[in-house]
Amino acid sequence: MPIITSPMAGTVSRLLIQDGDSVVPGQDVLMLESMKMEIAIQAEIGGTVKTTRVSEGEFVDEGTVLFELA
Amino acid sequence: MSSEEELLEKIAQIQQGGPERYRQRAKAEGRLLVRERLARLLDPGFGLEDGIFADATDEGNPADAVITGIGQIHGRKVCFMANDPTVKAGSWGPRTVEKILRIQEAALSLRIPLLYLVDSAGARITHQVDMFPGRRHAGRIFYNEVSLSGLVPQLCLLFGPSAAGGAYIPAFCDVVVMVEGHASMYLGSPRMAEMVIGEKTTLEEMGGARMHCEISGCGDVLMQNDEEAIDFARRYLQYFPDHCENRPPMVPPIDPAQDPHELTRMIPDNQNAPFDMFALIERVVDAGSFLEIKALFARELLTGLARIGGRVVGILANQPKVKGGVLFVDSADKGARFVTLCDAFNIPLLFLADVPGFMIGSKVERQGIIRHGAKMIYAVSEATVPKICVIVRKVYGAGLYAMCGPAYGADATLALPTAYIAVMGPEAAVNAVYYNRIMELEGEERQRFIQERREEYQRDIDLYKLASRLVVDAIIPPVRLRAELITRFEAYASKRVAGVAKRHGVMPV
Repeated sequence: MPIITSPMAGTVSRLLIQDGDSVVPGQDVLMLESMKMEIAIQAEIGGTVKTTRVSEGEFVDEGTVLFELA
Repeated sequence: MSSEEELLEKIAQIQQGGPERYRQRAKAEGRLLVRERLARLLDPGFGLEDGIFADATDEGNPADAVITGIGQIHGRKVCFMANDPTVKAGSWGPRTVEKILRIQEAALSLRIPLLYLVDSAGARITHQVDMFPGRRHAGRIFYNEVSLSGLVPQLCLLFGPSAAGGAYIPAFCDVVVMVEGHASMYLGSPRMAEMVIGEKTTLEEMGGARMHCEISGCGDVLMQNDEEAIDFARRYLQYFPDHCENRPPMVPPIDPAQDPHELTRMIPDNQNAPFDMFALIERVVDAGSFLEIKALFARELLTGLARIGGRVVGILANQPKVKGGVLFVDSADKGARFVTLCDAFNIPLLFLADVPGFMIGSKVERQGIIRHGAKMIYAVSEATVPKICVIVRKVYGAGLYAMCGPAYGADATLALPTAYIAVMGPEAAVNAVYYNRIMELEGEERQRFIQERREEYQRDIDLYKLASRLVVDAIIPPVRLRAELITRFEAYASKRVAGVAKRHGVMPV
């Protein structure tokens, strides 16, 4: 199953896409707060969002699944 | 036929390379033949080739599948080795190895760059006793690369496979250029992996060019075809001297591509907002001169060669747009490697710092971020070329050290007005120092206390205070940065640092 994972540890500050949205590679999908920086996380693959696996305010680690794509 | 006619006929035959069907297949796949690669790489006119008759009366593999010799690139002599993949898939026989050893020995005594045009299936296993284990066998190729390392530039152009032991040729070169879709490198092929460890994977996944340039870091530059890779090599060598006792050639200066006046408004006041470091680089360096190395790997740190006022410099710059510009294991390795490359060849270093520090967290601790960070700091400490650090925005903690802070032999620490140097950011600092007191307070009183402590912290690390204490050597308006760097690198050109007599340090790895 195609997935988008977090490249680093941090807290989800804002989701930029939701279930049903289509995503292209390179698109910003989520804002992460980490090391006091606002960091935009990009999708490395494209597809349609099937499930959002995280919510705002949640801690994610490097490798945590953020979105499942169809 | 006269003996001369016979000779010319034999030479022409060998120069054809391997069977016609392999030459056709190369063309069909958009790959150049080995002698076409060399013709594009080297200046026309001057050139010599050694050992064309290798293997001629043994098994008759043309030139034993490798061409070695000396040519010129932009008028400067270089040694080269180029596998011929149309001959036994470019594999190594006993004479292949000997030819490679001899051209390496030539580079050593002539003190000129050595280019490896690699396209080889590796050793011919049937001949292993004559070419794998012995003193003057394949292992000696890598030993020689180490002898040459840092003496003369060694560049690898990977056009096809470099499998198993052969993968070590790229591994010991300064920079490895890979052609996407064709180049590959792995210790064990997918076929071997399935047999020996039970893994099922594809060639691209196991050792493809893109994987190595993006993920493993074994590749430095990804190019789309043979021609682009060769043109990169010609361009790259212009940033280097022939050998480590010379300096890179100076050229006439060219103004930056973008207007430096725009810099002031482009650098965000908000230290935590993203900022594209390229915007600064293009307003400082000579237009078109930035040659990025490892562009696809650990992109939170930019490394590349450039010219400022016609003078070659090596640039390390944090990239806040990627992972906040935080330093990770791979970026620390990338930084360490680039610093040692520049220092080996008398290339001065420019550090553009905008870094929240090294990453924290259990994940990176288990990856050994401490020893990888130490590796970068070690390299920076050891470098004796002129070093200038420019504090662009915030620089926290050991990030200051890794980006050549004042204690690291920087010839100058310059700050832009937006600069901010601290052991950590105000939020984390206040939380650390006043935690117990904060916990005793509640609600609005707590918020007010925190806010006051943060403001106090900001005043403590005010930039003018740092300049007043001579922590920074100068504060420079962004529009004047380029001119300041040109002047300072000119002033520092005569720098010489005496080493301490010892065998060598114990480097963190």
